[in-house]
Amino acid sequence: MTGNIAIIGYGLSAIGPGIGIGLIFAAFINGVARQPEARGMLQSIAILGFAFAEALAIFGLVLYFIS
Amino acid sequence: MSITMLAPTGVLLASGGGEGFEPPGPQDFWQPLIGSGTWAFTRPMLLWIISVVALSWWFIATTRKAAIVPGKGQFLTEMFYNTTRNGIARDMIGSKEFLKYVPFLFSLFAILLVNNLFGVIPPFQFPTISRIGFPIALTAIVYVIYHYIGIKKHGLRGYFGSFVPSGLPAWIVPMVLVLETFSFFVTRPLTLAMRIFGNMLAGHMLLLVFITGGEYMLLHGGIGLKVISVPTFLLAFIMTVFEALIEVVQAYIFTLLAASYIATSLADEH
Repeated sequence: MTGNIAIIGYGLSAIGPGIGIGLIFAAFINGVARQPEARGMLQSIAILGFAFAEALAIFGLVLYFIS
Repeated sequence: MSITMLAPTGVLLASGGGEGFEPPGPQDFWQPLIGSGTWAFTRPMLLWIISVVALSWWFIATTRKAAIVPGKGQFLTEMFYNTTRNGIARDMIGSKEFLKYVPFLFSLFAILLVNNLFGVIPPFQFPTISRIGFPIALTAIVYVIYHYIGIKKHGLRGYFGSFVPSGLPAWIVPMVLVLETFSFFVTRPLTLAMRIFGNMLAGHMLLLVFITGGEYMLLHGGIGLKVISVPTFLLAFIMTVFEALIEVVQAYIFTLLAASYIATSLADEH
């Protein structure tokens, strides 16, 4: 079995954004459960936050391919 | 650094087949149709042209005879337009100035949505955005637009001035200015292009791994691998559905971020 050990590092680094995205959506679900009418406003904020947190994982992936 | 591990022994070891399994890589995304090298006409180019033709046809066909009571096609187009106009443009840019940017955001969302969904629609099966040139071109358009409207609204000096929030201590202003300038000119376009590119590439590669891996295990593997290939294919189906969801969300995020960048360029006070 051949492979590049950098991909293990990428897998480990993906934990961070994973936790971040989990926290963002946990807060989103909490917010909607408390105030269902705020859903539309919260949704775009949550997805924006999700995009920012996810960017780090995507950077790692792209760095792996160009390295 | 590359390591070589010993192949695992036991029932899972491929018994027949001869040559080993070739895992899919970035090279699978280079698919020239006509010619080769720099000027080759590739598969994503063809898909892009198809998407432009299909979208133009669809929007003209559904809105040419627009009725007060909409038919199915017109209803779909109007729903999509409503999402972009109210859900993205008005929420992000604000109700005063958003109308000017709705056509741009609408075309951006439409073309991204169709091209992303090409990744899972059977005859096409290739996400156009997984070739880096396409997101770079789209990001360049967004980049020019948000800088242009920012400079037009505030003037060159005022535009750079608007990067720094008012009411900061004087010694911290240069630092914030450097950071924010870096964010406006480097980080933002880079993340915007990389995000959608990385998602499309990784998602499609995941599907390739499951499907080609499942095919290899089913056809060339021993009895243990043949059994395992069944859940692999099952997972490939689930992943395809998940991938479709990701593709819609990524098209939405790209448009949302474009709208948000336009909104920050237009904002009067931080």
